[in-house]
Amino acid sequence: MTAAADAPLFHRLASRAGPLVSFTIDGAPATAQAGDLLMTAILLNRPALRRFEFGEAHRAGFCFMAACQDCWVTLADGGRVRACTTLVRNGMAVLIDGDARV
Amino acid sequence: MSDPVIAIVGAGPAGLRAAETLALAGLRPVLFDEAERPGGQIYRQPPPGAERPGAAIYGLEAGKAQAVHAILPTLGERIDHRAGTLVWNVFEGRLDTLRAGAFAHQPFDRLILATGAMDRVIPFPGWTTPGVFTLGGAQIALKAQGVSIGRRVAFVGAGPLLPLVAHQYAKAGAEVVAVLDVTPFGAKLRSAAGMLAQPSTLAKGLYYVARNALGRARRASGVRAIRVEGEGRVAALAWTDHKGAEHRVACDAVGASFGLRSESQLADLAGCTFAFDALTRQWAPVRAPDGRSSREDVFLAGDGAGIGGADVAELQGRRVALTVLQDVGRPVDVAEVARLDSALARQAQFRAALEGAYPYPEHLVAAVADDEILCRCEGVTAGALRDVVRHKGAAEVNRVKAFTRIGMGRCQGRVCGHAAAELVALERGCPVEDAGRLRGQPPVKPIPVLGGFS
Ligand SMILES: Cc1cc2nc3c(=O)[nH]c(=O)nc-3n(C[C@H](O)[C@H](O)[C@H](O)COP(=O)(O)OP(=O)(O)OC[C@H]3O[C@@H](n4cnc5c(N)ncnc54)[C@H](O)[C@@H]3O)c2cc1C
Repeated sequence: MTAAADAPLFHRLASRAGPLVSFTIDGAPATAQAGDLLMTAILLNRPALRRFEFGEAHRAGFCFMAACQDCWVTLADGGRVRACTTLVRNGMAVLIDGDARV
Repeated sequence: MSDPVIAIVGAGPAGLRAAETLALAGLRPVLFDEAERPGGQIYRQPPPGAERPGAAIYGLEAGKAQAVHAILPTLGERIDHRAGTLVWNVFEGRLDTLRAGAFAHQPFDRLILATGAMDRVIPFPGWTTPGVFTLGGAQIALKAQGVSIGRRVAFVGAGPLLPLVAHQYAKAGAEVVAVLDVTPFGAKLRSAAGMLAQPSTLAKGLYYVARNALGRARRASGVRAIRVEGEGRVAALAWTDHKGAEHRVACDAVGASFGLRSESQLADLAGCTFAFDALTRQWAPVRAPDGRSSREDVFLAGDGAGIGGADVAELQGRRVALTVLQDVGRPVDVAEVARLDSALARQAQFRAALEGAYPYPEHLVAAVADDEILCRCEGVTAGALRDVVRHKGAAEVNRVKAFTRIGMGRCQGRVCGHAAAELVALERGCPVEDAGRLRGQPPVKPIPVLGGFS
């Protein structure tokens, strides 16, 4: 019953129509839907959002309401965004483990 | 003479009702919310592209949600809505704001703070594992995005959100494997009479418990020693029952939190006096029944100054607007004032019963081990806190913060602040109010500074 180590965390319960959005995670192509927040988009594809910068661990967000600041993710262009308040956009390039600079 | 500038922070039920009341009286309030769409937490709207029918998102509350959402479209230009705008500081009659990277100021004559609440958090083994969210976070995933936090979800906590969120998940088709209440059932029974006399939105969860709509989920009350198992991701939730027997359920996500805490940093920065509320076991800005704070120019409504739930937030929003109108010399409908005051008094009674039903789970804080992460922002442990209390004489949380950085991370103590105070109190053997409260500091949330984020 235990989920595979790299299985996505989130599970879409309410399917809806609308355009797909293509983005990348550590260079690998990934798909989401228009209206997905970046947090949703990543966690429908991966088990975590980012590495924890103060220890050997990953993080996947916590409060989903812009309070805990656990979900700031790094983009390949060097930008940092709070994933629970940012919509996923076509061409976004998210770095989780692919970021050597951390 | 030009109209006074009334600024409102928070477009949840409280701030929206306040704005509506002011606009209908002919003023044009400036309404800030860092969210793009109005509604606040309970009536949170999905972002553009993720819309679904209101009944699917808000269930029994769909009518109320619709009414609250209709306020801004109905009043149009009569409310100056500044969506997507963070208020990160209050200073000498002025708000500091940030919208999409652009900084600005907003002077005000009167300020209404309706900043709402978030889940109250207590650390337990495994609580920082990816896949563990607050109950509110689990609910927002569902409401705003139509997703569940996992495929097999366990919920644990205290307070009315626990059965409510579990029910919402089950109804949406998620597999809920456990609903575990850290409160002994006896406490709930004691207050049940008070609650049934005055059902409110916040207590809908109890209604759902009674409906027993959760299928095969494990259900238990009075659970202790909760712990999430799994390396790198959630594999199981384990607990001890009231007789000391161990239990365990396989799952891949957990929703966990223990009541709500007010979002009160801006009130602090505005210079409002705070008092300890024994009922909800937290510090809150002092608020009179008419919504006045200790400061003449600052007013308080909704969960940001004490937890009351959504219905109370709407009443308080309306009430505080009437107080402001009176102060700026506008006519006020006295019958409406009386009606709101008696409705709020009834709710307060009910609220006391509800809090009584969910006493603070002190056993969980007492069980926090030294190596447990307390500050999830920077990974500082409970042991680090105990060490400075014991050996450096740090008797209250602001001293602890200076020594350990607990409460200084990106969340500014929103997540760890309560538990930190409880741990200091336990270590010192003093009441938790003597452990102090973390002082608010600008910016209340991260803002871009040269070369990065503060
Ligand atoms: C996640 C969650 C789920 C909840 N679910 C329920 C439920 O199902 N039923 C129930 O009865 N109660 C629920 N509650 C309790 C809830 O707090 C109240 O019912 C209700 O939302 C309170 O209304 P409010 O207007 O006081 O605050 P909120 O609805 O919380 O609105 C406050 C608003 O202020 C904004 N804000 C805060 N600080 C700033 C700032 N510095 N700058 C700009 N904007 C700011 C926020 O973005 C938010 O939109 C929930 C609470 C949470 C946290």
